[in-house]
Amino acid sequence: MNAHASSVPKTVGATCGLPARGGVGLKPEHFREVLSTKPDIGFFEIHAENYMVDGGPFHHYLGRIRERYPLSIHGVGLSIGGESPLDADHLDQLARLLDRYQPESFSEHLAWASHGEVFLNDLLPLPYHAATLARVCDHVDQVQNRLRHRMLLENPATYVEFAASTMAETEFIAEVVLRTGCGLLLDVNNVYVACVNHHRNPCAYIDSLPPDAVGQIHLAGFARDVDAAGDSLLIDSHGAPVAQAVWDLYRYALDRLGPLPTLIERDNDIPSFPVLLAEAHQAERLMRDAVANAAATPAAANSSCGVGA
Amino acid sequence: MSDQQVFAGALLAAEPSCPPGLTAWNGSDPGRRFAIYRNNVVVSLIDALADTYPVTQELVGEEFFRAMARLFIQANPPRSRMLAFYGDRLADFIEGFPPAAAVSYLADVARLEMLRVSAYHAADAVPLTPAEIAPLLEDEAALPTARIGLHPSLKVLFSRHAVVSLWAAHQTTDVTRALAAVDSDVAEVALVLRVGLDVEISRIAAGAAVFITGLEQGIAFGRAAEQALAADDAFDLAATLGLLIRGGAITTMIIPRSATS
Repeated sequence: MNAHASSVPKTVGATCGLPARGGVGLKPEHFREVLSTKPDIGFFEIHAENYMVDGGPFHHYLGRIRERYPLSIHGVGLSIGGESPLDADHLDQLARLLDRYQPESFSEHLAWASHGEVFLNDLLPLPYHAATLARVCDHVDQVQNRLRHRMLLENPATYVEFAASTMAETEFIAEVVLRTGCGLLLDVNNVYVACVNHHRNPCAYIDSLPPDAVGQIHLAGFARDVDAAGDSLLIDSHGAPVAQAVWDLYRYALDRLGPLPTLIERDNDIPSFPVLLAEAHQAERLMRDAVANAAATPAAANSSCGVGA
Repeated sequence: MSDQQVFAGALLAAEPSCPPGLTAWNGSDPGRRFAIYRNNVVVSLIDALADTYPVTQELVGEEFFRAMARLFIQANPPRSRMLAFYGDRLADFIEGFPPAAAVSYLADVARLEMLRVSAYHAADAVPLTPAEIAPLLEDEAALPTARIGLHPSLKVLFSRHAVVSLWAAHQTTDVTRALAAVDSDVAEVALVLRVGLDVEISRIAAGAAVFITGLEQGIAFGRAAEQALAADDAFDLAATLGLLIRGGAITTMIIPRSATS
């Protein structure tokens, strides 16, 4: 442990507070059904910014659902990778939200979303070099100190790379973990999408991350496109079921990392609740398989990468 | 300009362009890849506006609405990281948007839809019960001086158009038929109020609107009623109070100390 890591406030909620089970994003169209059917699910996740409202149905239902289930709060607007300073008001609102709902996990993205006063509502890419590393670490330190909560940083889905980058994305992420003591949210769909888009090996990507830092996994669906050369370009759409290639990569990650809280993300073309629940249960089956395989053949952790980019 | 300033500018620019310094593994034109970000930003914001303004969209059609929304976004990108109230200036934009001029009531319908979203997310407040209110209403000496606190979700919208009837027609299964019965040039006043967890939109009489607006501004009960009568000699105080009480709109009722002695 280095000096930076030891300065992380000992927190209220340890990030490993979520159970190693499947979870889904909580959608307003599912509020009533969740309360009336009490589904068997590991946890729910919300996007912080959607709940930065004064009152009404969102808080009414979240309060009741949170009483019954573990909760992950996932931010999409902090702009940790931004050149601009963190927005102090936004950070204060996040602190109030965490204080109110006491989530088991808080996570944000290795990306930027606003510049100056303008919010762009997308997770935008940044070059990886010494200056951006220092800035991201400074922002993560500020977040963890203000929220008094260890945060998980999510690897991005990207469509372009930067001539200015001097480090690999995994090297950059590993360094942020080392310097700030934050944890990792391993978005397996983002790994797959980014590795296809940049012609890399997704298993090698996972192998390059510090395994002990991973506190949660995200799974989602992507859309297909092609770039100007006609090569595959995948888009992190959150608008489709989890693809088979992503389930395969998830299995690979589980063999390396063991069972972890796993979120099914779906933000567009939202299906009925049972469809999402079935995907969460599929993740749990794969977690059980991984545990059984590891017990039967300890060498399973050396299984080869079956996922091509 | 900083790198991210250039990147952000290219995301929102009307004409496609690609910031310098971007690469692709196969040496292909990064502009095609950058276009994914441009599309994500604009489409996600258009979708956010479409969620807030469903009736506005139905009135002009999806194609017109999305084209108008794109221009609005380029001129008014979000300033907040929470999008629930993004587009609160769309109605003003519509009023200055010549292609929409033929639909004279469009801006007011948009105003009503934003009030609806605001009411949905407004702060919670516990309404006074009829049993709590009744004794205060019976105190004829003190009542005129009473200050009434209204629910944070409550808003009144005055329109030169039949804004409530137009909106209500779009909540029916046969919109065309319902719209045929609406004279859009009849002035209406909308009352927007969250009752329990549901936002209700109702048409209220001009006098009731003046009375409620007076209470909202902190004017004493008696004075607000006088203003309402002056504006509308058909003002029905009992009916208006009944509407507010049934909707749980009265959250506080304070009689100044001097009036209670």
